[in-house]
Amino acid sequence: MHGWKGKIATIDLCSGKTGTISPSGALYEQFLGGRGLAGYFLKGAASSDWASEEMPLIFMTGPLVDTPSPTSGRMTVMSRSPLTGTVGDTSVGGRFGTRLKRAGWDGIIITGRSGSPRGILIEDGNITLHDASRFLNKPVSSIMAEFPSTVSAAVTGTAADRGCLFANIAVDGHFFAGRTGLGMVMAAKGLKYVAVSGTGRTEIHDASELARAKEEILRLVSASPVLKGDLGIAEFGTGAIYDLINSRRMMPTDNFRKTFFGPAEQMNAFAYMKKYGSKKTGCSGCQVLCKKKDSLGRAIPEFETMSHFSALLLNDDTDAVMEANRICNEAGMDTISAASTLACYSELKGKRLTPGEITGLLEDIAASRGEGGLLKLGSLRYAREKGNEGASISVKGLELPAYDPRGAYGMALAYAVSTRGGCHLRAYPISHEILRKPVATDRFSFSGKARIIKLSEDVNGAVDSLTACKFIFFAAGLEEYARAYYGATGTQTDAQGLLKIGERICFQELIINWNNGFTAKQDDLPDRFFREEGSTGYGIVVRPLDRKEFLESRDNYHAIRGLDGEGMPSAAKTVELGLK
Amino acid sequence: MISLLDKYSRKLSDQGLCEPGAPVLGGLDAVTIWNRDADEIKALERIIAGLNINSILFSRPAEPYFSIINALAEHGAGYDGRIGPQDTESRTFLHDIPVVRDMEPDIVIAALRRRKSVIVRDRGILTFGTVSPEQAFVTYSSVCFSCYVKLLADFASPEGLSPDAVQAYGDIAEKTVRSYGQFINNFDESPVITGPFEEAGRAMEAMAEAGLLTIRSRMVDSFFGNISCRFGNGILISQTGSSMDELAGLIDLCPMDNSSTAGITASSELSAHRGVYTGTDRRTILHGHPKFSVIMSMLCGEKSCSLRGKCHLSCDRKRFIGDVPVVPGEVGTGPTGLCNTLPPALKGRGAIVWGHGLFTTGAIDFTDAFRNLVAIEKMCFEEYGSVKG
Repeated sequence: MHGWKGKIATIDLCSGKTGTISPSGALYEQFLGGRGLAGYFLKGAASSDWASEEMPLIFMTGPLVDTPSPTSGRMTVMSRSPLTGTVGDTSVGGRFGTRLKRAGWDGIIITGRSGSPRGILIEDGNITLHDASRFLNKPVSSIMAEFPSTVSAAVTGTAADRGCLFANIAVDGHFFAGRTGLGMVMAAKGLKYVAVSGTGRTEIHDASELARAKEEILRLVSASPVLKGDLGIAEFGTGAIYDLINSRRMMPTDNFRKTFFGPAEQMNAFAYMKKYGSKKTGCSGCQVLCKKKDSLGRAIPEFETMSHFSALLLNDDTDAVMEANRICNEAGMDTISAASTLACYSELKGKRLTPGEITGLLEDIAASRGEGGLLKLGSLRYAREKGNEGASISVKGLELPAYDPRGAYGMALAYAVSTRGGCHLRAYPISHEILRKPVATDRFSFSGKARIIKLSEDVNGAVDSLTACKFIFFAAGLEEYARAYYGATGTQTDAQGLLKIGERICFQELIINWNNGFTAKQDDLPDRFFREEGSTGYGIVVRPLDRKEFLESRDNYHAIRGLDGEGMPSAAKTVELGLK
Repeated sequence: MISLLDKYSRKLSDQGLCEPGAPVLGGLDAVTIWNRDADEIKALERIIAGLNINSILFSRPAEPYFSIINALAEHGAGYDGRIGPQDTESRTFLHDIPVVRDMEPDIVIAALRRRKSVIVRDRGILTFGTVSPEQAFVTYSSVCFSCYVKLLADFASPEGLSPDAVQAYGDIAEKTVRSYGQFINNFDESPVITGPFEEAGRAMEAMAEAGLLTIRSRMVDSFFGNISCRFGNGILISQTGSSMDELAGLIDLCPMDNSSTAGITASSELSAHRGVYTGTDRRTILHGHPKFSVIMSMLCGEKSCSLRGKCHLSCDRKRFIGDVPVVPGEVGTGPTGLCNTLPPALKGRGAIVWGHGLFTTGAIDFTDAFRNLVAIEKMCFEEYGSVKG
């Protein structure tokens, strides 16, 4: 087998037994890997409680991982989300995916529950379980310090130990399976870490074909101002779009009550670089290297963190943003949900939080202390408890990222229909609505957006399964990656073929969510966006979303996607996609 | 959606790529909308059903493009039925252009599953978009441009062409050159907004005017090309993917010290523009893809050069067309990017990047930058005539 390893490890934490699944070539070609194949293995148990023994926690790589394909060092982590109840998954970088492939595995499926904290160590074909009691209630960095540099580790921090529903999984110390609370699934299984090292290599079908694909992709990367330009992500990290989003008057400010943050000019990526220094780092096999560290080796916040810990909380202190980022990373908490939950708290308390209060509350959440004991459940549960659900700016319980939907209507629809809740990455319409790639679309219009969002979701379904980084699709497309896929695996396909697989992957998740009680009604945005204006200025008028237009666009999306009026996946589409 | 379809139908004819009213454009959301009735719609609907797309465009190109694509389809396609132009627009975005014999939907779908466009012999060009009809328009334009450049470059350097191809290309080249000469030699417009610019708004108006003229003079098509102006402690520059005839509201101000990244949407050539301004006292830069500048850059007499086939990446000679240097360089940044090769070369009135396009500069405003653009293209056009006798 080329590209894939042909083996997936199974580990039952109840019995300690391990096993091997050898998927057929047809199954690999049907779901690729990553998010697609993880969804396939999740589907059968997806209606179990997220904390049950039966619920699998899945780490899955793709056929391009550990090959020369650009930006393909990623993997998917998937289970059912403790925070939302939907499909819960994230694409995460680092070296874990590459090392898992080198150890001879395409993925790992973990079930069961250990009575005491355990760790899993994978050394090539050898899988062993170890006591991990000593790692309980320890910060991520101190856990990581115990692993040699030849080993990749996925670990949880104190937030998961203390029941935080937006606890994440830290990979290699600096990369995070951030959204939907998958760290809590690990904690529910009594699993503290998964570590892997490998000495093998992934065999490639046609190295010269893959090299040609790589050349085409990197030519497009070099031509991309967003990725490699003077002001792009390679230079400034993802924070490079901070100024842009504010200048477009769509920066979520004061818990989404405004869309422009006055002090942003002093808190942009340039300001961080000047104040803290900047060194490039990133995932295995990446040509962009979007992550930045300061001169002391501390992580410079990524865009969402930079924006939400400043504008969303009306905080103009960059030191506080750096410290908030450090606390979240050390405790293993999703920064988007953490900041948004604090913004919800701020609104409900009717007070602007000081820098000390922001970092203090984060420590309280991580320790489940005081008000943190309730805040650790996320903004929706907190707001409900306080009797004002409208203060939670979330979709299906997942807090919204740093793009105000009143400033990009495709993003509004994408948030609403995403299978994992308020997520920007499923369709990522910022690409065309703001960054003008592949071409610009009218950001203040729903016209045509239903089909665009559906197609973009399908693209990203394939991208998350190959796997590759979404950022590179600001420049390249499935046309180029189909060639890389052929070079790696020998499977002949094309852009449209990969798009069809992406459609299957997305539809599979819709079936899982439908079976778990999610209907068309939950594909909706917080009421605030239909009632309140954003921050109009400099010739940009930020109106409330038109409810009627939004619902028409949502209906169009459901019809194009193959869902009925209630959101139920149609039998015809299910059969067409081979999911019956 | 219908307004977008009408807009790009109009732009295709305005830019001389199609006859007015010829394009058939379809846009899809929940249902498909067409810009006009046409016999081809039945086949196009079947093609749409076989692809995940949101827009489709089919049209017979205007002359000389129609004759050019048919000649290349007959004589210029490889064993695999694809045309492989070597200019930058092709290498970067199209890769190659498949050719099919007719509008049989299954055959067209098979071609469009792997590429953005297909030439239907004796009928026209078919392209699509996944987020906007603009993609279909841009791809259509690139196919016309790339085929034009390929046929005329191949005819001027005909090694490997069959006698039939030489004959066919020769007939078309003669008509094309005559037609282009009539157009370019009669074009006498130039910008009326003059500098120096003390207000950003005035500078932007001048950029919009020069951009519009760049399109009207056929120095660039669709959304290619870019334009910039030094202003204060920064550079005003057109946004990536902006059309030169629609620059209003699509110009970014990028500080020279990068203290704001709001201009992340600026042209992919910002680095090159910055390099030129840093090394000279020039105030404006204009970049287009004039056809004969591109063609002449690709015609090199060094047949035994060890770098042959890699001219877009590297060249160990100092090449000139007249007084204008020709340099290698890929789009954007990277070790072989034109951000490295262009600034040292652009000390005079202009410089040509191999297979890509022409950059010119102005001392105060866009008057001389635009005149230089047209004058160098005329020079290259005359050079082409001398090469072909």
